[in-house]
Amino acid sequence: MPTVNLTVNGKAVSANVEARTLLVNLLREQLGLTGTHVGCDTSQCGACVVHVDGKSVKACTLLAVQANGSKVTTIEGLASGDKLHPMQEAFREHHGLQCGFCTPGMVMSAVCLAQNHPNLTEKDVREGLEGNLCRCTGYHNIVQAVLAGAQAMRR
Amino acid sequence: MTAAPAHRIKGGVQSPVRHESAIGHVTGSALYLDDVPTVPGTLEAALVLSPHAHARIASVDFARALAAPGVRAAIAAGDIPGRNDIAPILKGEPALADGVAEYVGHPVAAIAADTLDQARAAAKRVEIAYEVLPPVLTIEEALERGLLVAPEQKIERGDVGPALDAAPLRLAGEARCGGQDHFYLEGQIALAVPGEERDMQVFSSTQHPTEVQHGVAHLLGLPFNAVTVDVRRMGGAFGGKESQATIIAGIAALLAWKTRRPVKLRLARDDDMQATGKRHPFLIRYEVGFDPEGRIQALDMLYAANAGNVADLSPAVIARALCHADNCYFLPNVRLRGLACKTNTVSNTAFRGFGGPQGMFGIEAVIDAVARHLRLPLETVRQRNFYGIGRNDTTPYGMKVEDNIIERVMAELDGAVDLARWRSEIDAFNRANPVVKKGLATMPVKFGISFNLTTLNQAGALVHVYTDGSVHLNHGGTEMGQGLFVKIAQVVAEAFQIDVEHVRVSATSTGKVPNTSATAASSGTDMNGMAALDAAGRIKARMAEVAAAHFGVPAGEIVFADNRVFAGNKSLAFAELAEMCWRRRVSLSSTGYYRTPKIHWDGQAGKGRPFYYFVYGAAACEVAIDTLTGEMRTLRAELVQDCGRSINPAIDLGQTEGAFVQGLGWLTTEELWWDRAGRLGTHGPSTYKIPGSRDVPPVFNVRLLPDAPNREDTVFRSKAIGEPPLMLAIAVWLAARDAVASLGDHRLAPKLDAPMTPERILAAVDDMKARSA
Ligand code: FES
Ligand code: FES
Repeated sequence: MPTVNLTVNGKAVSANVEARTLLVNLLREQLGLTGTHVGCDTSQCGACVVHVDGKSVKACTLLAVQANGSKVTTIEGLASGDKLHPMQEAFREHHGLQCGFCTPGMVMSAVCLAQNHPNLTEKDVREGLEGNLCRCTGYHNIVQAVLAGAQAMRR
Repeated sequence: MTAAPAHRIKGGVQSPVRHESAIGHVTGSALYLDDVPTVPGTLEAALVLSPHAHARIASVDFARALAAPGVRAAIAAGDIPGRNDIAPILKGEPALADGVAEYVGHPVAAIAADTLDQARAAAKRVEIAYEVLPPVLTIEEALERGLLVAPEQKIERGDVGPALDAAPLRLAGEARCGGQDHFYLEGQIALAVPGEERDMQVFSSTQHPTEVQHGVAHLLGLPFNAVTVDVRRMGGAFGGKESQATIIAGIAALLAWKTRRPVKLRLARDDDMQATGKRHPFLIRYEVGFDPEGRIQALDMLYAANAGNVADLSPAVIARALCHADNCYFLPNVRLRGLACKTNTVSNTAFRGFGGPQGMFGIEAVIDAVARHLRLPLETVRQRNFYGIGRNDTTPYGMKVEDNIIERVMAELDGAVDLARWRSEIDAFNRANPVVKKGLATMPVKFGISFNLTTLNQAGALVHVYTDGSVHLNHGGTEMGQGLFVKIAQVVAEAFQIDVEHVRVSATSTGKVPNTSATAASSGTDMNGMAALDAAGRIKARMAEVAAAHFGVPAGEIVFADNRVFAGNKSLAFAELAEMCWRRRVSLSSTGYYRTPKIHWDGQAGKGRPFYYFVYGAAACEVAIDTLTGEMRTLRAELVQDCGRSINPAIDLGQTEGAFVQGLGWLTTEELWWDRAGRLGTHGPSTYKIPGSRDVPPVFNVRLLPDAPNREDTVFRSKAIGEPPLMLAIAVWLAARDAVASLGDHRLAPKLDAPMTPERILAAVDDMKARSA
């Protein structure tokens, strides 16, 4: 079994995986990071989005071995201690969640989106979140949350 | 009593408190069932699904599967120790297909293995010999052959035949709406853990723990007290985890029983979409008689639903459809017939609205046809048919509409958006643009609250106050994201007058509150809130006695406020009083119970007062269609939603937005497509399109109706919110029809069914062009 070495949420991790193991399975099953959810198994829903070397990636689309040597951040690694990341705080504050199943992936996508767009507009958010499905909220509060979170990140 | 401060507690009723798991959700620490660490030795399960829509199961051979690595058990119908029946209403609905497979995706067998991969690989090695039988796949075919899963239902008033004959004008027509997959982001999942002796603990993603308890007990041949079902939260449900969760939990429990090990069953999305039920598609036929003003004099309607292979909840869905075929309109002579057609497709089930959306879809098709025939605006025809106040106020099923505020709600909408002006903008746009056409329509909604079946309208709760003043709350409702837990915590905080952070809601469990109803019919807060209030009230009365003795005043003078308990200007902290009660040996724990008053229903006669009250709402939507490609966009949605005196306006706004968008999906992009062999083609998100972030209207304004306390004595005069706003999305269907009708100068009724895929819109456009040429 191949060994992968990667940094997950700031910690060096080494794990033996099957060649076909997906990054999401490594995170959830071997590392116990269950905040990254599986909503579709087929790279459509975005519930599994994490950051790999600063880019948002659907963790069910990437093999664990492909992440070898990378820095991976999951939803669990976003806050600093008890202090929520501004995007997390914005989702909480603006009711950008209901059942919460899509939330970790949404937040991870949103952080990346905000980093890539210094002047994020509502249109950017709607386009940028197209790969993240939410069945509960109708997206309205999510869009508000992302705009507010992006603004807070700039401060 | 004057001394109690006016200071409000934090998070009482009417405040926009955040979802109780908000921090857990944004940090990923809120645990869904698949996230909970399992004990070593826990097995994973996989299903073997029928590849045929209709086939006799000649034999099931597990030899090759059992020889595969890691496999611990394999089961089929013959291995069930108890009764292979998990029917929620009728009887004879197996958890595993027995003798005959009745749809593509029907679970026939199941495997438990050490790992999920092993289980899924072994499932492919099960050898099943089928004798393929001809399937019945459509409503029409079932109607022709008289295939039903339950007897016809009827609601009737007056003599519809002669009234139709006597009417000055008469139209007949047909409308269809499609089904809908729930697409809860968290798929179906259960974990069954065998305990000592015969005990079975089941963790299930279910809206109906009691039904899972009963289903598992039947399958294993156990008394109910041997099975305990727990659910902390679901990643969405929408009705799809009401009866369907029992299939999953039941199979997990069977495998756990056989192996004596914990077994987890989680369906892959594609299997989930094929194996579990959906919203009922309906074929609606009508004949309407009306006067030249557009007043309906007689209406004869047939609602035929595709129930799928078994009844499941279909009889109740049909009843609700028929009870919403009036929407807001008085129908003097009316006959409504409902048929649950049996086909070889997956058994359809509860889905937010539960027949109500299809019921309203039908009557709005009628109103639309009448309005176009008379060349009157929809709003005018509707207004002439609205239930009156003190006259024309009885529904076809004999219930008086006592709380009618539909005209107020429509006026509120018009006041906010100026419909006349909006209409003239649309007309101007259409005159200037030959290819892209816009449409505008409104939609009024009246939705009945309570389960049609009176028995189900009861709830229980369990409240403990600890000696540090913190409160543990449990009730029969389940949290699926709708904010039920936070609302009930607010109710209890309000009762004790303590900050909501001191109230903790724990996982729903059949061991804590027994004999519960499903969290469904929008009634979660109404019923469980009242039960929790009852429990809190009992404890509070005992605490007041203790406080009264302590302060030497009558109990009636004790006031709970601002986290304290007052007697004149003397006071104790709530926690101090709790500790004092314990020292004086006074119980700080109580159950609570509620049954909805005033309601009754005779399903046989189709008469009664099934609903405690109605929820109202109205929407106006603008769409644009491309007449060359059939593409459509919803450009603007303006909503007014009644939620009584809202317990949590932020949650209610979110429910309204989410429900509307779900309704939008049902009517637009979400198409369940079956091939001629009965195989679902759209069984994953790559082909089955729920609304994405770009599909929702860019202009989307939701207003909660202000100053509208429930006239019935509900929990703090609030109203239910979960389902009613979904039906506001019917405005989008009507707006698209309006856009198509503009091609024929609004003279002809478009032929446009739902879901309005580009193909259907294009066909409607071409048809309209041909007919109006
Ligand atoms: S689970 Fe990865 S995109 Fe859905
Ligand atoms: S909050 Fe439930 S899927 Fe987004």
